[in-house]
Amino acid sequence: MRNNLIYRLHIDTPLLAGVIIMCLLGLVVLYSASEQSFDLVAKQGLRMLVGLLLMLFVAQIPPQRLAHWAPLVYAGALILLCLVLLFGTGRGVQRWLDAGIFRFQPSELMKLVVPLMVASLVAKKLLPPDFKTILIAIFVIAIPTFLIGRQPDLGTAIVVAASGLVVLFFSGISWKFIRNSLFFGIAIAPIGWFAMHEYQRQRILTLFNPDNDALGAGYHIIQSIIAVGSGGVFGKGWLNGTQSHLEFLPERATDFIFAVYCEEFGLIGVVVMLLGYSLIIARGTQIAIYAQDTFGRLLSIVLTLMLFVSVFINMSMVTGQLPVVGIPLPLISYGGTSVVTVMICMGVLMSIQTHRRLVF
Amino acid sequence: MKSFGEIRDSNLERDIFLNRVILGVVAIFLMVFLVIIRLIYLQVYNHQHYTTLSTDNYIKVRPVAPPRGVIYSSDGVMLAGNRPSFNLVGVPEKIRDNDVLVYELSQILDIDESKQRQIIRTLDTATRFTAVPLITDLSEEQVALFSVNSHKFTGVTIEAGLSRFYPLGGDTAHLLGYVSRISNTDKVRLQDSNYAATQYIGKTGVERKQELLLHGTVGSKTIEINAEGRLLRVVDREPPVPGQDLRLTIDSKLQSKAASLLRNLDNLSGSIVAMDVRTGGVLAIASYPSYDPNAFASGISPELYTAWMDSPFRPLFDRSIQGQYPPGSTIKPLLALAALENGLLSSHKVKCNGWFSLPRDSHRYRCWEKEGHGVVNLVEAIERSCDVFFYSLSNDLGIKMIYTVLDRFGLGKATGIDLPNEEKGLVPSPEWKKKVKKLPWYPGETVITGIGQGFLLATPLQLAKIAATLANRGRAVEPFVIMQTEQVESSNSEQSEDINTIKNLPNDSRHWKVVNDGMVAVVHSSKGTARGIGYTSKTKIAGKTGTSQVFSIGQDEELDEEDIPDHLKDHALFVAYAPPINPQIAIAVVVEHGGSGSATAAPLARAILDEYFNRKVDAEQSNLSSSY
Repeated sequence: MRNNLIYRLHIDTPLLAGVIIMCLLGLVVLYSASEQSFDLVAKQGLRMLVGLLLMLFVAQIPPQRLAHWAPLVYAGALILLCLVLLFGTGRGVQRWLDAGIFRFQPSELMKLVVPLMVASLVAKKLLPPDFKTILIAIFVIAIPTFLIGRQPDLGTAIVVAASGLVVLFFSGISWKFIRNSLFFGIAIAPIGWFAMHEYQRQRILTLFNPDNDALGAGYHIIQSIIAVGSGGVFGKGWLNGTQSHLEFLPERATDFIFAVYCEEFGLIGVVVMLLGYSLIIARGTQIAIYAQDTFGRLLSIVLTLMLFVSVFINMSMVTGQLPVVGIPLPLISYGGTSVVTVMICMGVLMSIQTHRRLVF
Repeated sequence: MKSFGEIRDSNLERDIFLNRVILGVVAIFLMVFLVIIRLIYLQVYNHQHYTTLSTDNYIKVRPVAPPRGVIYSSDGVMLAGNRPSFNLVGVPEKIRDNDVLVYELSQILDIDESKQRQIIRTLDTATRFTAVPLITDLSEEQVALFSVNSHKFTGVTIEAGLSRFYPLGGDTAHLLGYVSRISNTDKVRLQDSNYAATQYIGKTGVERKQELLLHGTVGSKTIEINAEGRLLRVVDREPPVPGQDLRLTIDSKLQSKAASLLRNLDNLSGSIVAMDVRTGGVLAIASYPSYDPNAFASGISPELYTAWMDSPFRPLFDRSIQGQYPPGSTIKPLLALAALENGLLSSHKVKCNGWFSLPRDSHRYRCWEKEGHGVVNLVEAIERSCDVFFYSLSNDLGIKMIYTVLDRFGLGKATGIDLPNEEKGLVPSPEWKKKVKKLPWYPGETVITGIGQGFLLATPLQLAKIAATLANRGRAVEPFVIMQTEQVESSNSEQSEDINTIKNLPNDSRHWKVVNDGMVAVVHSSKGTARGIGYTSKTKIAGKTGTSQVFSIGQDEELDEEDIPDHLKDHALFVAYAPPINPQIAIAVVVEHGGSGSATAAPLARAILDEYFNRKVDAEQSNLSSSY
């Protein structure tokens, strides 16, 4: 009976378990990172609940319908991005839209909308996609990438672009095409360097030598690395991170929450966290493999992979391997839009899994 | 139509997809691997290194400055103390824009423009990562105004501390000296670690002389700070050892009196030194013009300092121990003594008709009394300060003898007072002249040295010491200002020496009596040069006036006193001790360009003696009445 109810609600139990585990872990770390603020934890918990409800809601929508509505969703998201550029708020950059009772970042939504759009586009045709389809897809990817880059939010722009391109990769475009594109990309890279904002260039430069600018941009990276390194194998213990609690860490509830986690829970804690993520990733990959149509396959593998790419980028930036690009740690970092977006992606995965026609 | 013609090969599509999924999974494993490797490198391989860095981040050992020792007068009045003060300090690296900061500070704290420039300069030249004082000694109102607005000023905080405070201000300025910010030259002479938290150091006077005692020993506290450097909690502390309190021999009332007497002179500079003849303890030592030492304690402005440095009145100059003046007639008792010891009879008489000349020389050495004193004996010569008598006496004694007696009384040598930068004065001799001036000694120079002119120079303190030695009939006392305690046994070899025994000369009390009689007559006889102060004095005083020439009048020139410009007027001097029998106090007064010793200097000495003895009488009377 119970299984039946879960099945009828289109819930995928392993995925739900993984999501809830990561959410709980996130709240535990946030409690420490926020200087033991119940307010902040409660606020984030509420967002997670909203996310869970949206996840359940999305899970009810059959994938075919998602594919059908994709262009409309895509158009709507683009309008939101334009609105951000026109009326957005944020410190120095425009990322948020103020919707009265809550603020959100339309750019985060694009991590879902772009793969959705590209997958629906590609799935209409035979695989591998022809050149025309690829061009249309690249055009579809380029517009939001450009708009997000203008905010400016380089990190998210790259992730959004990558999520679209990865769909193309999984759709089976030829290696020759990929190779040629890479050469082309390398050739125009210097142009990109000059198109970047000064602070973005600075971030990339400080990455290579944080000590050069020990009081400026490098300070954050140095302090973050000290936090991670001083955590050791076993960590300093929950609520005991000196780097975190004495305010040496920047953005410690949001982008740098992983540093707090590393300091307090050590290498063992990181392994546990990676296991938690791999539960989600493994299940997502499984869903992709068992998916019955191209659209479901492409969308589920890309959403799964991009979730882990976010995890990787965030961890690498906190440990000083990548520039600080402002990618939150999925489900752990404080912030509503990111959590809700990840939850919706999970809802899409559940939908793809639970709307399969039984074929034996 | 078209899509209808295409047949989807779902197995082929699935195969293409699965191939790519394998690559995706490989990519995931690669990313996990990279993250884990990096974390092992940071958290295992370099763990120790980052643990150290993390600890260094938040645990700091901060030195704690010891409170400076308090200086008291012998009558228990605080002469130098500490009062709580609030300073605005800033760390240059944490301040984004110095100009903006100062502008915003001036909006709330009302800082004038030169101070604004000074703050910017301080910030621009500060050592890295150290807090530098921007504004010292904030008023309570300023503290409140800043505290309310402190969130606007990162890197700037208010620090509570102790400020040096001199209640008597300029009255004790030269004696005590002052403390001021430690300069680079100071750093050379002090133990760096002990001064780690100290910002001020004694620059002159007692503050400098006893810097080591007054300073104390630095303490420390181990504190936990956050990223902004804000103190979170004190982990451990080792309290500093406060500086040693000092008690001076100075009588605060006498000191104030001396300072106010000089201050009330009509724009004249000078010095008064009074000492206890029995111990050598200095009761008052004042120099004028003076300055406000409190200005240094709260960070003196460069403008004010330059003004003091460049002032022609030289307020920073301590005339009592650094001012060197021709002693004039004040040394006549010394020469009288030398003559008596060399066999001159006290009944020896000289006829003074207004001038003296050496044999085979037409140059006339004038007596201050143009008409001449007539026939005078030794006592009368001292009483009336007859120059001719002493010209003749000096000529008979010769420069060698004169040198010997002046040297015996300590002229030309530092008195050894426990204050820094004392000058020695000068006693000339033919050897000295040959060495320094490359010139032979002329007999005329012997003659004018005999009345305290020529090359001869003495400090007011040396003159006071002479008076004390005369009072003690040859027992010289070494002047000092800091009461001897166990801690102050630094330069404490011999407190007094008897110049008779040391020089192995006959200590004939009759000689001393003659000199003493002469000096009493100066004040109390009807012809004494200082009779003006003698008439009304309740206490008997033995004294000697001196009027030393700064500018010599030509052979036959006649000049009215009014025609001589101020800076060429004679110095007025007076030395005295009282009472003549069982003397207690010796005093020297020097007033630069003050005219005559009897008119300008002697009344000051009288006022000091009155203050000293009246108070003694009052104290004795109150003792009597309380015993009833």
